[in-house]
Parts: sequence; C-alpha cells; structure tokens
Amino acid sequence: MSNLTHLNISDALDGMNKGDFTARELTQAHVNAMEETRELNAYIVETPEIALDMADASDKRRAAGEVGIMEGIPIAMKDLFCTKGTQTTAASHILEGFVPTYESTVSGNLWNAGAVMLGKSNLDQFAMGSANITSYFGNVINPWQREGSTAPLTPGGSSGGSAATVAARAAMAATGTDTGGSIRQPAAFSGIVGLKPTYGRCSRWGVVAFASSLDQAGPMTRSVRDAAIMLEAMASYDEKDSTSVNIGVPSYQKALTGDIRGLKVGIPKEYRIDGTPAEIDQAWERGIEWVKAAGAEPVEISLPHTKYALPAYYIIAPAECSSNLARYDGVRYGLRVDGESLDDMYERTRAEGFGDEVKRRILIGTYVLSAGYYDAFYNKARRVRTLIANDFKKAYETVDVILTPTAPSPAFGIGEKMDDPIAMYLNDVFTVPASLAGLPGISIPTGLSNEGTPLGLQLLGKAFDEETVLKVAGVMEEAAGFSALPQLMAGGK
Amino acid sequence: MSVDKKTVAKIAKLARIRVDEEQQEALSGELNQILGWIEQLSELDTEGVEPMTSVVSMTQPLREDVVNDGHYVDQVTKNAPESAHGFFAVPKVIE
Repeated sequence: MSNLTHLNISDALDGMNKGDFTARELTQAHVNAMEETRELNAYIVETPEIALDMADASDKRRAAGEVGIMEGIPIAMKDLFCTKGTQTTAASHILEGFVPTYESTVSGNLWNAGAVMLGKSNLDQFAMGSANITSYFGNVINPWQREGSTAPLTPGGSSGGSAATVAARAAMAATGTDTGGSIRQPAAFSGIVGLKPTYGRCSRWGVVAFASSLDQAGPMTRSVRDAAIMLEAMASYDEKDSTSVNIGVPSYQKALTGDIRGLKVGIPKEYRIDGTPAEIDQAWERGIEWVKAAGAEPVEISLPHTKYALPAYYIIAPAECSSNLARYDGVRYGLRVDGESLDDMYERTRAEGFGDEVKRRILIGTYVLSAGYYDAFYNKARRVRTLIANDFKKAYETVDVILTPTAPSPAFGIGEKMDDPIAMYLNDVFTVPASLAGLPGISIPTGLSNEGTPLGLQLLGKAFDEETVLKVAGVMEEAAGFSALPQLMAGGK
Repeated sequence: MSVDKKTVAKIAKLARIRVDEEQQEALSGELNQILGWIEQLSELDTEGVEPMTSVVSMTQPLREDVVNDGHYVDQVTKNAPESAHGFFAVPKVIE
C-alpha cells in the first residue's frame, strides 16, 4: 500500500468509504513518510502516537456511520495553531516548551471533521519571513531541487514546513496562515495548492497572532478539490474572534463545476514589473490562454496603487506585530531570563527569546507607532490601505476574478537574498495587495521553471467569493495538468 | 529622517528588547534601509482618504456583560516560568 501517500484527499475519502483501506493504514503510511523525509525539517514536533490514536478513533466513527468531511485524513498542523496538550512554539525560542491548555478553533474544527494530526509543522518565526529561514528550529528544505543540482532550496514562507511536507507526500494536507502571502508563496515554491480565504472566514482564535488585521488561516493541499474540502472543514463563525464573519459556510466542492464560460478574468497591468524573469510572464500568458480557451474573457484592468502595497504592509504588519508580541514578557508563559529588575528581566527575556527578523520588525513597529511618527507612518499606511482596497473594489465592478503570478521568481537557494531584508520582502509583491484588501486568493501549480522547479499562478476573488476562485482554479488546474514530482519525496521519485 | 544609534537605543527601550551597544550600529543601518524604502509612500497624495480600520465592514459584536468563563487558575498559570498561590510570580518591584 505504498501508494497511499500519493492519493488526494478526495480519493482517500472514497477509498476508506469503500473499505479499501482504513484510516489507521492511511495514517501509518504517512507516519512512515514523515520519518523518511526528516531531512526536510518540515516538523518541529512529530506526533505519531496521537496520529494513530486519532486514526483508530476515526475508524470507529466510520464503522458507526459517523463520517466527517475530513474523516481519517492525516494532516500537518502549522505550529502557529494552539493544540491542546501539544507544544506550540510559533518556531520561536520564547515559546519553546509552551503547551496550550486549549485548542484553536480552526484545529478543533478540523479534528471535529475527522482529520488526524501528524505533527506540528515548521514555519518562519512568528510567521515572519518568506523563506522559512527564521525558525528557531532550523531551516525547512524544499523537496524540489534545481535540475542537475542538490543545493537546498527554500520552500518559501512562512508556511514552509506545511508546504514542504505536503509536496513531499508526507502529509495529505496542512494548515497554513497567510498575513502577506505566507500560504500562497510557499505553495507556489513547493508545487502545491494554497488558499488564503477572505479575512474573517476562518477564526483566528487560538492562532498565535502576528498582524491581527491581516492574519488568516487556510488550507494547503495537492489539488483544488482538496482545498475546497479542507476550507469547508476549517471555516466557521466563531464568537471568540470578533472579526469572524457570521455568514454560512457553503459546500465549496459544489463550486467546482468546470464551467467558467462568460466569466471576466482581470489581468492587472501593474503586475507586469520590470525585472521579473521572462518565465514568470510566460507562465502568466499560458494561464491567460487557458481561461480564454475555457470560455472566460480576460480583461485588462488597472490596480493603480499596487506599488505602494509592500511599503504600506511593512508599516502595518510590524506595527501590529510590535503590539501583539508585547505579551511575551517572561511572566505568563514561555522563556524567562532572570535580570536585576523587572524591566531588566523583560529586556533580557525578549533579547534572547526573539530571533533577528522578529526583533527587526518589533523595532520598526515600535518606531512607526512612537510619538511624532504615528501619523506620518502608521496613519499614512492605513490611508494607502484604503486606496488599495478601493482599487480592488473598482476592478470587481467589471471582473469576477483576477489572475496574476504568485511570486516574482521560482524557489531560490537557502542563503540567497539573506543579507538584504528588502530583497526578501519583494517576494510578496504579488500577494500583499490582496492581503491588505482582505480578499481571498489561491495559488495553484501550473508548470516548471527553466530550472525544473514549480511555478504558481494566483487567482484573487471578491470578498467571501471563494467559490468563484475555486471554480476558475479548478479549470486552470485541469488545463495545466501539473503532475511533476519533487526529488526529495517519501518513497523516492 | 534617519535613525541613529541613540534612536535605536530609545526604541529598543520602548520595546523592552535589550540591544547591546555594538548591535545598535548594525540595527540603525538596517532600520534606515527599510524606512528609506518605506519613505516612497510620501509621494502619494492621501489627503482626505480615511485610514482603514477594518477590511470587512462589520459592526462590533456585543454580548451580555456577564462572567461566562474562568475558574481555572491552574490552567492559566500552567505555562508560567514561575507561579505561586495561583499568581504569576515576578522579580521584586517594590523596595
């Protein structure tokens, strides 16, 4: 049964329904795959015993006729979601050893839907990063390699461990969180599907906060259908998150009709950026041809404030992070480094507990919020954010969905772009605008770069219209027929 | 607008992160680079534009002002580096 790790969620659900295999067998295959792919460092904590117990419980439920929408599906949980009784670190030293006494709403929803936890996946520290090189627990390695080279590539970030383990066939799916691109960019780098829902669709309760006005959880899977299944399980209205939106969760799978005739697909001219590699533009052109061939109509649109999205993001996100991360003070949980006074204890704890990128962002955030700069920086950025959201609103008066590249390059090597924070920030140039506007977006793998590594395209939708996004993504997935496999994979290539 | 070593020391103090003298120099360079790049926002006219407070238009949900949670001190203090008698313990703050 070695091929169990190559199944999509939808196929595995069918297989278990027909009695071809059990949740325990499926989980055991993935536990083995997880162990086999440890060189990727995709997990901070593996939880094989919990996984097998959950799988047994799932098999019992299935026997009793209780079948949830993710019944028996083994997944990785990004180590940003609090999991009761299992260490949750946000890939930081300051939360090392923190064992939540409660469960995040999204992880709880998934367990209630029957999903099985394989472990807590690695990430950029406090979800701050685009290459998974800021984790206290070490870099994550992309299962993909450039042709003719074994040099390690980054899986993208911040949901790098989630992306890597799903690509390596060591988990059927994983949760991610996206603040400025942290689901979509790693999905593109790792050749998988990553969906960031509309802000407010999934509860943020129990998710370690980075930038609360932007953070949103979403599924990372190997097919568009799987993303639809998993989003349905994750999404809910939650009164414990006051920004959670009280509208019903549809059956997203029903949106996958394959029929996009007559839909208008916006092509934003501002996303053609000087210096983008030709292969990125070519992949985008191919995508445009696919939707056209399926009967949709590409329409050139303008999102005039696009170039200001990244600098506005790098005010808003650090400002919120400096406020959110004030709670790590060595008093209530996590690391404490003793000092001569209470303030000295705070300062030493935070100096030792946070990594360099986290400190950099806290300091930037503290600066832009400090007296005399608040209006010039923070309020300015919030005004720009309004302009960016208005750009999208205007565009959606004429189009149904927007098609762009996901990232300005394929996966780069670990060690590249590390000396220049701004070069690293530019990874998110195509994903950040929709984050600022709170809109849903998906990245799907559409082909390989000249180096033999995956390229992704991004579809953005109207608020709470994940269904149209999924529908168009499904058609593009079919047209792309992406079937390439990574080099470092459970069971070997 | 430039962040010098003195400003780094000041914001580090505000953020309660100990930054050694030798790190201040490097950090001032990095912060200046980032802030210089952010500076491009000033070319954009935002006169009369409302600062965004929420991407999703919604009214603040309210609930009855009643106690509906609590009574598990053990769980609350379970992850504390130091606790005593159901309280978080900190270094002495009053001489």
